[in-house]
Amino acid sequence: MIALLLRDLKLALRAGGGFGLGLGFFLILAVLVPLGVGPDQTTLGLIAPGILWVGALLACLLSLDRLFALDFEDGSLDLLATSPIPLEGVVTAKALAHWLTTGLPLALAAPVLGILLNLPGPAYGPLMLSLLVGTPALSMIGAFGAALTVGLKRGGLLLSLLVLPLYVPTLVFGAQTVTRAAQGLDITTPLLLLGGITAGSVALLPFAAAFALRINLR
Amino acid sequence: MAAGRRGAKRPLRAQTARRRGARRPQAAPLFRQTKARLSRPPRFPLQHQDKTVKAHRMELRVTDLACARGGLPLLDGLNFTVHPGEALVLRGPNGSGKTTLLRTLAGLQPALRGEISCPPEQMTYAAHADGLKSTLSVRENLAFWAAIHAAPGGDEGVTRAMAAMNLTDLADRQAHNLSAGQKRRLGLARLLVTGRWLWVLDEPTVSLDVASVALFASVVRGHLATGGAALLATHIDLGLDEAHTLDLTPFKASLPADPGFDEAFL
Repeated sequence: MIALLLRDLKLALRAGGGFGLGLGFFLILAVLVPLGVGPDQTTLGLIAPGILWVGALLACLLSLDRLFALDFEDGSLDLLATSPIPLEGVVTAKALAHWLTTGLPLALAAPVLGILLNLPGPAYGPLMLSLLVGTPALSMIGAFGAALTVGLKRGGLLLSLLVLPLYVPTLVFGAQTVTRAAQGLDITTPLLLLGGITAGSVALLPFAAAFALRINLR
Repeated sequence: MAAGRRGAKRPLRAQTARRRGARRPQAAPLFRQTKARLSRPPRFPLQHQDKTVKAHRMELRVTDLACARGGLPLLDGLNFTVHPGEALVLRGPNGSGKTTLLRTLAGLQPALRGEISCPPEQMTYAAHADGLKSTLSVRENLAFWAAIHAAPGGDEGVTRAMAAMNLTDLADRQAHNLSAGQKRRLGLARLLVTGRWLWVLDEPTVSLDVASVALFASVVRGHLATGGAALLATHIDLGLDEAHTLDLTPFKASLPADPGFDEAFL
């Protein structure tokens, strides 16, 4: 599993791997929103938590359709299915690689982009924290969606339609954490719920995704 | 009718497999099948176990197997056994179900009926797609599969596999710079680093030149000599004297598909 994780990281970092794609998208979104909304600092500060979370969510979605599709096309997925690693492990390793190349950089870059959106001071820590806690769920739910659509041509669009509704709870509690922090309120409850969603996704979805992969490999 | 045909066409080896009285119901879904295979107790009576356990462990036994492609039964009533040191070459015209049979044996799709008995985690599969990553070098591709299979030998095994398939000069070249034949050789070199006993190969010689086919035949021969086994679907003659041949044409399924309402509309 570690070998698979390392290979996926290596592939992502090499030419054409798509590392930085999500990060670039996130950056552009955070730059474009103030241009579109106008320079009013109160408005920007008000919408910043939501914009940052929606941006992170869409950036995660960008690279998801390649998660299993590439391995499916070049036959690696067949070979991995017959390898000693259970498919559940394959799903977990690939989702973890996706998080390390997408979710983690987003969480680290978010405070910088918060400045562009005039995010209130006390919210920077909770912003990073909520992204760190929430983005693993995005990768895991996305891996499940990618497993469902792996055999389809142009499955990327269907993947978005399937996955975005499932992202709603993560988005609600993630953005709520940041909003409450910006208003100086206690963030424990939304943060705990966010952590609960992540823990549940990581615990259950590898099995669902592996099952979907087995059906799609037939 | 089907039984008569099977009786007449008993292929290959003396059939030591017990005939099952009743036909088995449809095979369990893939995941349960895999689990069942892992945890299945030895099927031999206890008093024979000591003598036969090794032989039983290292053989592929297919009993009354039927498999389907896209809901359409292709093959029915297959019985064969592959022992260590043996190669079995599957023949048949296009569409006769060679790939379907191999995918079923590899556990990638469920069998319609029948039983596949094979030691767990002892089979490796190579299909038309080689499973190569184009931005990784030849050595990295092989090292990845060696690590996945946790094969003994490690780096040395990778070097040996590259030497065996004449890839040493290309070790640091990225896979997307390889020719079709070179990619194929790399895909076949993967078999050597898996350390698996049974090779299930689907047209392994596609896009290989004559010299590479001979090289590959010698690699297969070496694998057989060390107690391995191979199951190949191929249209060309590999020159493997020790190989048995199984023509799939007589096993064509004659039963019409009964996919049920759901499948017909999916």
